[in-house]
Amino acid sequence: MADTADVVIIGAGALGAACAYFATEQGLRVHIVERGEVAGGTTSACEGNLLVSDKEAGHELDLALYSNQVWRRDLAPHNHLWEFENKGGLIVAATESGAQNLAELARRQRDAGIDVTDVAADEVHAYEPHLTKNLTAAAHYPQDCQVQPMLMAAQLIRIARERGARIWTRTEVTDLHRDGDSVTGVVTSRGTIHADHVINAAGTWAGDIAQLAGVHVPILPRRGFVLITEPLPRTVFHKVYSGDYVASTTSSDEGLQTSTVIEGTRAGTILIGSSRERVGFDATVSLPALRQIAAKALILYPVLAKTKIMRNYHGFRPYCADHLPVIGHDPRAPGMWHAAGHEGAGIGLSVGSAKLLVQQLTGREPDLDLTPFAPERFDLVEAS
Amino acid sequence: MTEHPRDITATSPRYDVAVVGAGPAGLAAAVTAAEAGCRVVLVDAGQQPGGQYWRHPDETAPRGDESLGHHDWSTFAGLRTRLHGLVRRQRITYLPRRQVWFVQRPSTGDEPPAHTLHLTTAYAGADGGDDGPDAVTGDAVILCPGGYDRQLPIPGWDLPGVMAAGGVQALLKGHRTVAGRRAIVAGTGPFLLPVATGLAQAGADVVAVCEAGSITGWSRDPLAAAAVPGKGREALEYATALIRHRIPYRQRTAITAIRGTDTVQSVELSRLDREGRIRKQAGTVDVDLVALGWGFTPSLELVTATGAATRKDIDDSLVAVVDEEQRATVPGIYVAGEATGVGGAVLAVAEGELAGLITARDQRAAVSQESVRALQKRITRHRRFAAAMHTAHPVPRHWHDWLHPETTVCRCEEVSYQQVCGARDDLGAGDARTVKLMARPGMGWCQGRVCGFASAKLAAAREGRALTADDLRPTAKQPFAAPISLEQLAEGPQHE
Amino acid sequence: MSPAQQHGTPDAATTEPERFEVVFDGRPLPAIAGQSVGSVLTDAGIRSWRTTRTQLRPRGLFCGIGVCYECLITVDGEPNQRACLVPARPGMALSSTVLGNGPFDTAGETDD
Repeated sequence: MADTADVVIIGAGALGAACAYFATEQGLRVHIVERGEVAGGTTSACEGNLLVSDKEAGHELDLALYSNQVWRRDLAPHNHLWEFENKGGLIVAATESGAQNLAELARRQRDAGIDVTDVAADEVHAYEPHLTKNLTAAAHYPQDCQVQPMLMAAQLIRIARERGARIWTRTEVTDLHRDGDSVTGVVTSRGTIHADHVINAAGTWAGDIAQLAGVHVPILPRRGFVLITEPLPRTVFHKVYSGDYVASTTSSDEGLQTSTVIEGTRAGTILIGSSRERVGFDATVSLPALRQIAAKALILYPVLAKTKIMRNYHGFRPYCADHLPVIGHDPRAPGMWHAAGHEGAGIGLSVGSAKLLVQQLTGREPDLDLTPFAPERFDLVEAS
Repeated sequence: MTEHPRDITATSPRYDVAVVGAGPAGLAAAVTAAEAGCRVVLVDAGQQPGGQYWRHPDETAPRGDESLGHHDWSTFAGLRTRLHGLVRRQRITYLPRRQVWFVQRPSTGDEPPAHTLHLTTAYAGADGGDDGPDAVTGDAVILCPGGYDRQLPIPGWDLPGVMAAGGVQALLKGHRTVAGRRAIVAGTGPFLLPVATGLAQAGADVVAVCEAGSITGWSRDPLAAAAVPGKGREALEYATALIRHRIPYRQRTAITAIRGTDTVQSVELSRLDREGRIRKQAGTVDVDLVALGWGFTPSLELVTATGAATRKDIDDSLVAVVDEEQRATVPGIYVAGEATGVGGAVLAVAEGELAGLITARDQRAAVSQESVRALQKRITRHRRFAAAMHTAHPVPRHWHDWLHPETTVCRCEEVSYQQVCGARDDLGAGDARTVKLMARPGMGWCQGRVCGFASAKLAAAREGRALTADDLRPTAKQPFAAPISLEQLAEGPQHE
Repeated sequence: MSPAQQHGTPDAATTEPERFEVVFDGRPLPAIAGQSVGSVLTDAGIRSWRTTRTQLRPRGLFCGIGVCYECLITVDGEPNQRACLVPARPGMALSSTVLGNGPFDTAGETDD
């Protein structure tokens, strides 16, 4: 194993791949260390959403809007490689109070800079002809996009490799090389790599890596299930979800929560989500969760009643208590950087997060202030 | 599991033993356990008992001698008679035309650890309007899921008129339908012989049987062959039939390309070396039916769903780990038949019978230890014979040399060999799972049941290493063991 | 005496299975009770009844035992049934599929 690099990235998921892309773009010598396979963790078990519609005004929305620009501008030449689709999102409401809440949400989002169009009940089917007719209102979000997340990660790593990056899969980081509090490299199952900077992009497992540096980064798994249908001709055109989805992404409830998210894919399958539960890394398939997802999906799309579900998958979203990711340098362990904890928005936020992190790492002023995502913020909360 | 206690107990009838599959192993297991005093439920995807091996015409609409094309039909007839009697006496609840789509594991502290099998109909209207249970619970579950033909992608293998050898056989045995007029049977293993002779007896012109291996391999373990004299007699019968129908048996020969536009028109044959590389072209033959088989793939999704351990068998199949009493590594789960290792019907019956006896004994029925020992001896003998057979009929090591970049590997998602290689070489996919998620082989309707073995082999070959159980496991892991409608999934309880 | 007769299954010599017709894309095809849809089509010389989604390649029976899903066919309006498993019934309407059937074929009727 070659033993020096400018940057070692731990994790070859969406975040690690995006960091590798932007770091090599700056001419840095990068090594990626991955204990499994490329994009094998949460990146392989998610829908690949690039959403602004599920966010309220705040730091996460700022990052989402910034990321949206990175996808559209910086990555425009590559977007075909990962099935980038600017499909748009559609939030629907089925009750009068739901319609009112949705209108208010849309107004707040518009004020915060999101492009959103109110859709009257009788106009919904121009967007989604197969939706239930029992809807009271909808809102259309033209900025929402989707990618195939594994291809995105694998292709970004391929490009980084073309620029000289090296990747070590099936290689576990067993310790960090330290000089006092500073982090100066990684110790792996295949040897040690010395580096000026170590980026912790280990997703749901990033807390364990942080611990090797002696710092506390509280990232917890939040399990989610998705159902996948038989391949169909295009039936669902946007990312369609119910108004309560926004509430569930921002909730910290430990118990099972489900809210409907439905979308078609290039492959013809329809992905039906979603659930959120805090059950650790329990991989047992939960039939009640799947049944709830199915029942709620049928309310929006009764036409799918006889559609066959081929499989389901689950993933573990890397979740922080304040629903914000951890991005940037860790002053408690100089040389240590984090890019993790994006919960269910990691694919969409990955490229913005990575670009900002690399700006900071190369001594430039980040385009967006990273203070709200500072890794040490939890210490402050817990100390106070 | 405490977070998710069973949600269906109230509507799921509970049995001492739940048997899945009514082929040789499942039938033997069900009747044995029931006769020993257990309350048994037998769930099967077929319309009538017999499984793939004893497939026969619809019993309510007979088509002449139903034993046509069968060996040891009397074994089946005997098991069927016992089954009918036990069903009449309400000792066995028989649920045909149903597939298990989900296995629900026992709750913590559940004693005995009962599994609940969630059921769906095998095809629309298969319940015939009768409302059978949506789920059954077994204090013990004996999984006898059988298997299906193992396939290797070949250029042109997705043309209509190219079929799995077992599919050709199923049409003959189940429907008296001859799938083509001018046929060729190719691949490896003894199963090619009954398919070829069956076609010839039904009036097809069988131009050749192409065996990629060599039958001289059989003699490598003469003791194994001698231990199972019935098998020798069977082989001799097939050999005689081949001669009678003038079917050439071409060893170390394979179909390396299939040609046609909308249907198969001809095949290209090649002579192979010992490693399966093409040594020389062996001509083109016009045919309208190609029957292919490269051994068998056991159905492992139910075994995997229970969390039971699996291993790679001598024939490169993923199989359940069982002890000498057919117990899987998960309490309450037993496995018999092909899913413990491909070995044929006689072995499957013995394993099924043993599993039936052991589950009965575990539930405190009186069981003769002598019968147990006799079955174990029979199983050991047949296992040894099966091992010799697998050694003689390996999948040709270099079969992927026959592929062209554009050859379809995954028929469902139409993924080419080139795309599979690209996932590895360009995108760094280092295992079969990652190749699958990036290039989509195995992501379609069949969920990799057809191309999973080949994809696993290709992933290992690209890495320059031997196939491992880990290469095979992603395909065997099916979170839903059968497709289920959104409506049916939504029907059950949604809260704990 | 055949083993079947020994074990008392219905006497094949005296029972003639029912013969009837099914309709495939408007064309009547002869069928015998107990036959699968796939068997009826094969007996009629029909080898493919759907095309693949991306390359529009013809598909018909392959595994023949319900594993591969290559033989999907629309049966009495119900899409994506396995022809190798579904038993033929008198008057059954079978239709071939190009590009795969969508649930929206009947959208107006099922959505209230």
